[in-house]
Amino acid sequence: MNFYLDNENLSFYLHHPDMEQVVSVKEKNFAEAGKHPEAPADTNEAIQQYDTIMRLLGDIAGDVIAPNAESVDHEGPQLVDGRIEYARGTRQNLDALVQSGLYGMTLERQYNGLNFPRVAAVMAAEIIARADVGFATIWGLQDCADTIQQFANEELKNKYLPRIYQGATCSMDLTEPDAGSDLQSVRLKATWDEASNCWRLNGVKRFITNGDADLHLVLARSEEGTNDGRGLSYFVFDKADGGMKVRRIENKMGIKGSPTAELQFTNAPCQIVGERRLGLIKYVMSLMNGARLGVGAQSIGLCECACREAEAYAASREQFGHTIDKFVAVQDLLRQMRARTNGARSLMYETARYVDLAVSSKPASRVADILTPLVKFNASEFANRCAYDCIQVHGGSGFMKEYACERLYRDARILSIYEGTSQLQVVAAMKGIASGAYLKQIEAYDAKVSASEGLTDDMCRMQSLLRKATDGYRRLYELVSSEGTTSERFEHSTRALTEVLSNIIMAYLLLLDAIRATDEQRVRFLDSADYFVCESIGDVNKHLAIYEN
Amino acid sequence: MFNIVVLAKQVPDTHNVGADAMNADGTVNRAALPTVFNPEDLKALEMALRVKDQMNDARVTVVTMGPPRAAEIIKDAMSRGADDGFVLSDARFAGADTLATSYAISQAVKQLGKVDLIMGGRQAIDGDTAQVGPQVAEKLELPQITYAEELVAIDQNSITISRRLERGTEIVKAKLPALVTVTSAANDCRFPNAHRLIRQSKMEVRMINADSINADMERLGLKGSPTKVKRIENVVLAHKESVVLQPTDAALNDLSATLIKEHIL
Repeated sequence: MNFYLDNENLSFYLHHPDMEQVVSVKEKNFAEAGKHPEAPADTNEAIQQYDTIMRLLGDIAGDVIAPNAESVDHEGPQLVDGRIEYARGTRQNLDALVQSGLYGMTLERQYNGLNFPRVAAVMAAEIIARADVGFATIWGLQDCADTIQQFANEELKNKYLPRIYQGATCSMDLTEPDAGSDLQSVRLKATWDEASNCWRLNGVKRFITNGDADLHLVLARSEEGTNDGRGLSYFVFDKADGGMKVRRIENKMGIKGSPTAELQFTNAPCQIVGERRLGLIKYVMSLMNGARLGVGAQSIGLCECACREAEAYAASREQFGHTIDKFVAVQDLLRQMRARTNGARSLMYETARYVDLAVSSKPASRVADILTPLVKFNASEFANRCAYDCIQVHGGSGFMKEYACERLYRDARILSIYEGTSQLQVVAAMKGIASGAYLKQIEAYDAKVSASEGLTDDMCRMQSLLRKATDGYRRLYELVSSEGTTSERFEHSTRALTEVLSNIIMAYLLLLDAIRATDEQRVRFLDSADYFVCESIGDVNKHLAIYEN
Repeated sequence: MFNIVVLAKQVPDTHNVGADAMNADGTVNRAALPTVFNPEDLKALEMALRVKDQMNDARVTVVTMGPPRAAEIIKDAMSRGADDGFVLSDARFAGADTLATSYAISQAVKQLGKVDLIMGGRQAIDGDTAQVGPQVAEKLELPQITYAEELVAIDQNSITISRRLERGTEIVKAKLPALVTVTSAANDCRFPNAHRLIRQSKMEVRMINADSINADMERLGLKGSPTKVKRIENVVLAHKESVVLQPTDAALNDLSATLIKEHIL
């Protein structure tokens, strides 16, 4: 089974019209063409390359990772003499991906990377997550290499980046017992060792995903006497250099194949990434935005898997003389699952395109910043809903361990928690709400729809409803911000505002997808767009009713 | 240099045969069939790549015969780790049976200079003859090991193979050069490598014509093929009827009685 070829939405987003610009930015106007044997000469060739590699990844996801998911969930990793041993299936997954040269796909070619844009990286993460979300966390952590590529000096880049291609695994060591969401409280100490000409780490990190990785990016307090974010720097630690021991592996509810560890650093030698004091405020924030998009991709992969599990079950389970997918109540569930999956996916690839364009454009960077929390927030919440509904479609059987849906349900739960909880995503969205940046983006989408040719009556109806929903959002915003955007009243309403504007944005994006889709695809996109149109109208009216009274 | 040649074939994907797979006149409608790398040839490629992994200085060349489109499997093989490959493609090769095919292939292999090991799948899923490998060995006067399941050992002068037989396995050692045909029980082929895939996409596969293999034209293609296909039938295996039995002793007794009466039991 190929997890890329059997999902035509993926190719649809790979061939989005804005990809021309994405490719051009990533390839720096094809500067390497003819100079490097793998560099593409034009947009078509680049997209053809992404397509070829996604096919390969789709094969590995479908034929190796997905069949291993169940045994990995049962077996889990083991702690042996202070080191983590992956489950047998996890090892196989890693071997297949490393042997296929897929590690480091976003790195520049000089480091054996494929120089792929974020859009392709996010797609790879979605495909892998559909096969096994737990494994997708291990895979996704190679994004640490992007931080090294972006901020470290040449010496570190040359030392560490080629190892990613060879399969060096990564971890991002931020959390500590007293520093979870509040990373400013990180206490793990970094001290300069003049004699050895390196930094030394001492302290404990907790809840570290893939904690026994080969390469670690560690947030540590380099400035003695400080107690805020400005005293923190970012370090790269190589496990081969010694000084780090795994104290325990957590016994988790889900993503059991992904080892979550407590680490003890004792005089562990390391090197600083970039400049002192910028660890949290610049580098982690940059890494975190990437990681949030990554969790979005994990969530959408899980949604896709849940949809397929539910659809397959509903098409085979007979009750009252019919398969249950003939019953409207089940159809509604399946339709909502599909709509949420499609909406979150459209939003994610839109955001990924802006992240790619952000490299050379300030306005694109601003849009990427406001859309990223929406991706993380919606996709992870939808993943939980889809996993819940997937069990619902399975009925009593879904409550038994025999079906994959129970694993999906457990795996989904972390998605709205790690890399910033849903609540923190709402906080992150506040800035864009208060500045009107989201509204500006919605207006741009509306103008794009208006400028499109061949709008059907149905599309015009949806656009007009979305304009009403947007007006409702404006009124709601005025009502809740009447005491200022720092007031408690405003803070209480930010989740509602975030939900309403997310639904409007996803509806517009799906409408735009429908406009450029083939006839067959159009029906599905419009159906999903219609779901979000109804959600946004319903939600905004509900909240208006509450705040107006 | 230790030279390994892998014989491969692009075949119709018999797992995906649709209703339009046959023409009205009983011939195969190739245009309607997706093509794949013959599965046992992929297994042979993997075994060859494992030999390469174990030898210091080995090189894998993949040889196929077919229309220009067969270049796809050469690219596929090279993206999985083969070093080189070419397609024997010429109208004069067309219509070849196993005799003419093995002649053309053996002539092509002779042009390659020193070859230490030839590997191929046991048989192709379209013809199921399992003849081409052994015939190539005969024509090149090489020892042959058929039904290979596992590579046991390899050195510059010999190869040791575990063969899959009907009731067990047999370990066989042969002097090199030799020819080995590999069964479906062998290891799956490794996945392609992303970087190689991208490089292959920019590369042209070499096409070799009948003039380049020092062949007797009378022994090629249809002319060199004593086999004549009279007719191909489309056989669809399907249940004609089925009976649902109640899980009772009486129903089972009835079934036994019927089966005995119809001389099935």
